Amino acid sequence: MNRESFRRGLKDGIPIGLGYFAVAFTFGMMAVSGGLSTSQAVLISLTNLTSAGQFAGLDIIVAGGSYWEIALTQLVINLRYCLMSFSLSQKLERGIPQIHRYIVAFGVTDEIFGVSASQEGKLSPWYNYGAMCVAIPGWSLGTLAGGISGNLLPAFLVSAMGIAIYGMFLAVIIPPAKTNRAVLGVVIGAMAVSSLFAYVPVLNKVSSGFVIIITTLLVAGIAAYVCPVEEEKEANSNES
Amino acid sequence: MNHNVYIYILVMAGVTYLVRMLPLALIQKEITSPFVKSFLFYVPYACLAAMTFPAILTSTGSIISAVVGFAVALIAAYKEKSLVTVALLACCAVFIVERILAFLA
Repeated sequence: MNRESFRRGLKDGIPIGLGYFAVAFTFGMMAVSGGLSTSQAVLISLTNLTSAGQFAGLDIIVAGGSYWEIALTQLVINLRYCLMSFSLSQKLERGIPQIHRYIVAFGVTDEIFGVSASQEGKLSPWYNYGAMCVAIPGWSLGTLAGGISGNLLPAFLVSAMGIAIYGMFLAVIIPPAKTNRAVLGVVIGAMAVSSLFAYVPVLNKVSSGFVIIITTLLVAGIAAYVCPVEEEKEANSNES
Repeated sequence: MNHNVYIYILVMAGVTYLVRMLPLALIQKEITSPFVKSFLFYVPYACLAAMTFPAILTSTGSIISAVVGFAVALIAAYKEKSLVTVALLACCAVFIVERILAFLA
């Protein structure tokens, strides 16, 4: 095991775990008010570890939708993880046992992907394990706390916490956008395209999961075509 | 609810894990295509930006507090504050603005 990577993962996992706690708290509250037990809500969080997918799944469970409907919804909303795993498949250290890929896969979330993508050079699976060791308890315990406390938490506090996760995303994407014009273009372009999907009639009928996939494919594709990344000095950073 | 909650959970968890696992398990080789490499370099930024905006505008109790929170997060992120600092500053901004709005109402 790689202690240094694990420790760095733990450290970067702390803000993720805190953010998750807040979002999962809301999920726990909603699940219980929708008729699920607290333990069922926690089981969902432990086995799924995804925010948008769980909220959408909860809606279907509460509405009594079909198993096909829930499977398809999860597929669409979570298909973005496919792109992230694809990206990580290239970033992970070469020659590690296959089992690491199966474990890392479980922890591919927007935020863990965000921090592991920002690591220099190749990625040690132990970095992801460190982040998962904080993020998974944060997500599950948040759900537990939300389920138990029901609607005890005042609405203004829940409202203030709702923005936490987006603050984290901005902290990941803005600093590189300052120095790399192509990244800046991608960030602005992606925000513009997803806004079109939110506000233009007809387009706003597209589900949020598809919007993220279409926007990512379109914007990252155009950027790769217009501003291809020069061969990085990966050889230099390999030994770290 | 005449469906079994645990089957729902199993289906959700199974689909979500497969989506995450298959690319990692199946793509072992290093990709050499400059286009695909560039594409993968831009994926995180496009994806996170698309998820953030405009969803951030509806993430709080009112659009006004959300806009202020967004602005505060942008400035803090621009100053390269850590993930948790940016998130907390945005939360505090939203909290304060909503207190003021409630006071004015």
